Amino acid sequence: MTYIAKPKFHHPGLPKNELGYTHRDYEGKISTLCAGCGHDSITASIIEACYELSIEPHRVAKISGIGCSSKTPDYFLGNSHGFNSVHGRMPSVLTGANLANRDLIYLGVSGDGDSASIGFGQFAHSIRRGVNMTYIVENNGVYGLTKGQFSATADRGSKSKKGVMNTDNAIDLVAIALQLGASFVARSFSGDKSQLVPLIAAAIRHKGASFIDVISPCIAFNNHAGSTKSFDYVREHNDAVNRLDVLTGRDPITVDYAPGTVQVVEQHDGTRLALRKIDADYDANDRLAAMTFLQKHAAKGQVVTGLLYVDPDSEDLHTHLDTVETPLNTLEATDLCPGTAALEKINASLR
Amino acid sequence: MKPTDISAPDYFHKVVDCQWACPAHTPVPEYIRLIAEGRYSDAYMINWKSNVFPGILGRTCDRPCEPACRRGRVEETPVAICRLKRVAADFKDDVKHRMPKPLARNGKRIALVGGGPASLAVARDLAPLGYHCTVFDADPKAGGMMRSQIPKFRLPDTVIDEETDYILDLGVEFKGGHRIDSLKKLLNENYDAIFIGSGAPRGRELDIPGRKEAAANIHIGIEWLASVSFGHVEKIGRRVIVLGGGNTAMDCCRTARRLGGADVKVIVRSGFEEMKASPWEKEDALHEDIPILNYMVPVGFKHVSGKLIGVTFQKVKAEYDAKGRRNLVPSGEPDQTIPCDDVLVAVGQENAFPWIERDCGIEFDKWNMPQVDAKTFVSTNPKVFFGGDAAFGPKNIIWAVAHGHDAALSIHKMISGEEITERPLPEVHVSSQKMGIHEWSYDNDISGDKRYKVPHRDKVIALKDIRTEVELGYDVKLALGEAQRCLNCDVQTVFSAPACIECDACVDICPMDCITFTENGEEEDLRQRLKAPSPHHDQALYVADGLKTGRVMVKDEDVCLHCGLCAERCPTGAWDMQKYLIDMTYAGTPCQTKARSAA
Repeated sequence: MTYIAKPKFHHPGLPKNELGYTHRDYEGKISTLCAGCGHDSITASIIEACYELSIEPHRVAKISGIGCSSKTPDYFLGNSHGFNSVHGRMPSVLTGANLANRDLIYLGVSGDGDSASIGFGQFAHSIRRGVNMTYIVENNGVYGLTKGQFSATADRGSKSKKGVMNTDNAIDLVAIALQLGASFVARSFSGDKSQLVPLIAAAIRHKGASFIDVISPCIAFNNHAGSTKSFDYVREHNDAVNRLDVLTGRDPITVDYAPGTVQVVEQHDGTRLALRKIDADYDANDRLAAMTFLQKHAAKGQVVTGLLYVDPDSEDLHTHLDTVETPLNTLEATDLCPGTAALEKINASLR
Repeated sequence: MKPTDISAPDYFHKVVDCQWACPAHTPVPEYIRLIAEGRYSDAYMINWKSNVFPGILGRTCDRPCEPACRRGRVEETPVAICRLKRVAADFKDDVKHRMPKPLARNGKRIALVGGGPASLAVARDLAPLGYHCTVFDADPKAGGMMRSQIPKFRLPDTVIDEETDYILDLGVEFKGGHRIDSLKKLLNENYDAIFIGSGAPRGRELDIPGRKEAAANIHIGIEWLASVSFGHVEKIGRRVIVLGGGNTAMDCCRTARRLGGADVKVIVRSGFEEMKASPWEKEDALHEDIPILNYMVPVGFKHVSGKLIGVTFQKVKAEYDAKGRRNLVPSGEPDQTIPCDDVLVAVGQENAFPWIERDCGIEFDKWNMPQVDAKTFVSTNPKVFFGGDAAFGPKNIIWAVAHGHDAALSIHKMISGEEITERPLPEVHVSSQKMGIHEWSYDNDISGDKRYKVPHRDKVIALKDIRTEVELGYDVKLALGEAQRCLNCDVQTVFSAPACIECDACVDICPMDCITFTENGEEEDLRQRLKAPSPHHDQALYVADGLKTGRVMVKDEDVCLHCGLCAERCPTGAWDMQKYLIDMTYAGTPCQTKARSAA
C-alpha cells in the first residue's frame, strides 16, 4: 500500500514500441498489495509483454475473480476492458465474453484459491473447451487476504508461518491443465522476469487455451523457511527446462544458438517461439512426456519451470463450435433475427 | 564495478546536483523545503552561512545550480532556485539577532583590498573569530561591483545595504573612499594577512577606426554603468548601440532604455545562441523592446566633425572546422552602417594591478595575472591572498563568495600556524527520513507543475525610473508552487544488500526505471544492460553487491525523482530514504573528527 500516486514523469530516454507507447503507458493504478508482493512482479511482466507485443490496450479484456491476485488487473493496462467477477467465476465470464467477441485478447487473471478451490470446476471447463485466452494463476499457496491459511496448491509437508505442517495433498494446476488438453502450458516464477515475460507474450500470441502457473511468493504469509513457495525455496529448487525468445514478424532468427540446442515452434499467427533447451531431453511438443517429467521432478521436490507444452496446431472453442466470426455486438438485426422464412427452414430441417 | 562507497562525502554530494554545481555548495533542497514550510528566516540563514548574500544573489546570481538541476533532465525546465533564494530574503523576519556574535578580539589584523563580495566574504568568516578586519574601497560604500555595475532596477541599494551591513556590523572596519595605490605601503603597515579582492575593474577597449575621434559618445560599459549608479550620468542619446553579448551588455542596453534611449540595439559578433549573456537576461532585454542583431563585427565608428553618427559592421557567418571549432568568416554581404547617437562598449573586462609593485614578493604570470594557488588562494607572498575576479579573472558573485570562504580558511590556518594546504574534509550527516510505514519527513509526492514565472512590473512603469525594480519576486503562493517542484535530491536512496530478498518490488515501482538487478560487469558494459538508457556518464551508478543470487543492484542516479517509492515498496527495509547534509569547512570550524555518521 502506498499513499502517493506513482509520478507521471518517466525516464526521458524510454524506448517506444511500434504504437509509440512506452511501457509506462501500459500501467494501471498504483498497487494496493503488500510491499514486495510477487503479484506486483507478475503485473510488471504483463505490462512488459503487452508493451513488447505493441498491443493496443483497448483490444484487451482482463477478467478476474476474487483474491489478492484478482485485484491486480487494476494495476496494469489502465486503458483496457476489465471485469472483476465473482469468486472463482472468472473462467465462465471470460468464456462468455470470448464467445460474444472473439476479436479481443482475453487475459484471465486468477489465484490459487480462485482457481484451485472455489473455481476449480470453472478452471477445468474453460481449459477443456479450449477457450482462446491467456489464463494466469498467481500461485502463492496461501489465502493471503484471510491471513495465510494453506490453499489447495500448498505442498504437502510445507510449513505455515506459525510452523503448522500442511497434511493435504497439493493440486498441481499445470498437471491438470496438461491433462485437460490445454494447448499451451507453462510455469514460471515471479522473481524471474526474464523467463516470465516471453512466456506471457507467447501465451498471448497462442490460439487456444494458454495456461501459465506463476509461483508468486506471499511476502506477508508464505516467505519463510519451511515454505515451498518462498523466494529462497523456489530459487533453490527451480528446474528450468528451457528459455524462450518470442520472435514476431518476419525477422530472421538473429540470436546465435548452438546447434541442437534450440527448438523453433511456429504458432498460428506466425509468431515463432525459439526454445533454448536447458534440459537437452525435454521436448515441449510431447504432452505425455511432459506429464511424466513433471511428476518425476515434483516427487524430488523440484519446481519445473519454462514452456512445458505447446501445440503449434492448436484450435479453439470457436473452431469447434463453428461460430460466426463477427463479434455479436456488431451483427445487424437482420443477421440476428433472419425472419420467419429462415425459422421455417430450420424447423423443417429438424422434422 | 566495485561496490559504491556511499560513505565518501563526495558521493551523495554529487547526487545533489545543484549543491555540487554551486561554487559555495549551498544546501539548496534543504532551504527550499524550509521555504515550502514558510520558515523563511531559517531558509535565509542557511543561505547566509553558505553564500553570504542571499538577497543579492537571489536577484543576480549566474545560477550554475539551475543548469545542473535534476528537474531539467526530467522535464523541460529546472527549479527556479535563484528566485526562491530571493523569496527567503524577501519574506524573512528580522534576522539581526541570529548573526554571529564576534569573539573577543584576538589582536590579529587583516587588510582587505576592495569592498566587493570576495573581501566581504572573507570578513564575514574572520570577523566573528576575533580578527580585526579592515576593508578598503575607493567607493564610499561597500559592495564593489554589486553596487557599481549592477543596475538598480535589478538590484536595489536597500538590498545591498542590508546585506553588506550584516557583515560590517560584525565589527569590520570599512574605509570607504580610500583607494589602495601601493601594495608595498600596505605591506609596511604590518597586517597579519592581506586579502586582495579588487575585482576586474577595467573594461576592455574596442580599438577600431574612429574610436578616438568620436570618443565623446563612445563609453566603456562597466565605467558607464558605475557612473550611472553613482548618479554622474543621467542621460543618453535617443539611438544607442550596445556592442557585446555578455551580461554587462544586457545591463547596458536596459539601462540605456531608462535614460532616454528610445531606439536601443545590442549588436554581437557571434550568433544569438552563443552569446555569453544568461538566457534570462537576454529574455529581459528582448522584453524591453531591445533587438539583438547577431553575426555583425564592428569595423569602424562613423563620425562627422568629431560627432559620432553611426557604427559600420561587417557581416559574418559561422563556419566550423574539422575539430568543431567555430570561425567567423565574412559572409560576402556588403558592410552595413547603423546610425546612432551613443555607443556602449561591453566586450569584456580585464584585471589591472598597477598598484602592485612587482618587487614585493608577488609573482605574475605571462598574462600579467598574479600566481594564485587554486585551492588555498595564497599568492607567492605567504601573507597575501587573492580571491574573486582578482584571482582568476572575471567570473561572478557566487564564485567570489566561494573564494572568500576558502581564502578565509587559509588565512585563519596561516595565522594559527597550521599548514594551509591541509584542507579538512567537510562533515557529513546522513539520517533516515522514515516516520511511519509509508510516511516520510519530507514531501515525497512529486509535483508535475511547470516552472512558475516570476511576476514583472508593468513595462511602461518599469522603463520610467531607473531605480524601480523590474522583478517583483514570487509571492508566497507562487513560491510554494515552485518550491514543490524541487525533487529533494538530498534525500538519498540508501540500499542495504543483506536485507534485500530480490523481490523486484523497487524495480517495478520506480517511475524512472533507475534500478536494475543484474550480473556485475565493467561500467561501460553495465550501462548497456540497465533497464533504461544511461546517456549521462557523469551521473554515477550506485552499485551494491552481497545479494543472495550473486547479482548486483545498480541504480543510475541520473533521473531519480527521490520519491521514495522504492523504499515504500520494499518489504524488508533494504531501501531507506536518508537525508544527506554536508557542512563545508569554514574558518573556525571546530576540529574535524574522522568519524562520520555515514549510512
